[in-house]
Amino acid sequence: MLDVSLKHYLLVAALMFAAGVGVIISRRNAIAVLCGVELILNAAALNFVAFNRYSAPSGRLDGQVFTIFIIILAAAEAAIALAILLNLFQQTNTVDVDEADTLRE
Amino acid sequence: MDIDFGTIMFFALALVAVVPAFMVVLARDIVRVAFWLLASLCGVAGLYILLGADFIGLTQVLVYIGGILVLILFGIMMTSKDPLRQKAGASGQRSVVTGLVTAAIVFAVLAAVVLGVGFEEGKGRSDGSPTTTALGEALLTDYVLPFELVSVLLLFVLCGAAYMARRRREDAHA
Repeated sequence: MLDVSLKHYLLVAALMFAAGVGVIISRRNAIAVLCGVELILNAAALNFVAFNRYSAPSGRLDGQVFTIFIIILAAAEAAIALAILLNLFQQTNTVDVDEADTLRE
Repeated sequence: MDIDFGTIMFFALALVAVVPAFMVVLARDIVRVAFWLLASLCGVAGLYILLGADFIGLTQVLVYIGGILVLILFGIMMTSKDPLRQKAGASGQRSVVTGLVTAAIVFAVLAAVVLGVGFEEGKGRSDGSPTTTALGEALLTDYVLPFELVSVLLLFVLCGAAYMARRRREDAHA
């Protein structure tokens, strides 16, 4: 039976990161793109906690502290992004990222 | 058969974290996207607890699932006309294939790095004791400046979000 090690967690985080990138590439709804960003942030936070568990000097919790900051910043980012999207919806009646191209024309 | 309980839990939770993450790419409409994201976040919370980070795991449940996901659902309710009936062609997805191919390339690069670099595995923190006290001490001693900065940032962000999201008066009739 194999032992679960740091590499397994890093591979799980890499899969979640890849899924997040895939969401950002393939979705057109801006809120779904935001969900992809959340997946990527979670993958990064999982890496921090895994490194903290497997390679930090004993007794140190720096990786977990960074994860707390990531979660706080993700909350701030979600609140601001949704406020912007609400404004976009009021202006253009859509949250489709392909149609929000007023500045381009 | 001596199968470690922790190993079984790891693979179960990894499945719960990764499979819904890819279902977010494949899901049909925006409400299903949000609920697959919920499943994925639950899996990550379980992995945190399995890694001995009990406080982080519960914070993940409280802030991500109880806060951010509810916020996203409110956003979906307020910005789509018919959220459950958005078909893939109309306003759903650009190209699932492009997304999956990009995801595969990104994963290949990351996996090559993870498997190629020999990360040094020290003893780490493996006693599984509660972390809340130590985290509180770290936040109020070594990390007190970032902690205060991030709380001020959160205050500004929430004020800004409330200001931006409030409904404008109709200026046309004024």
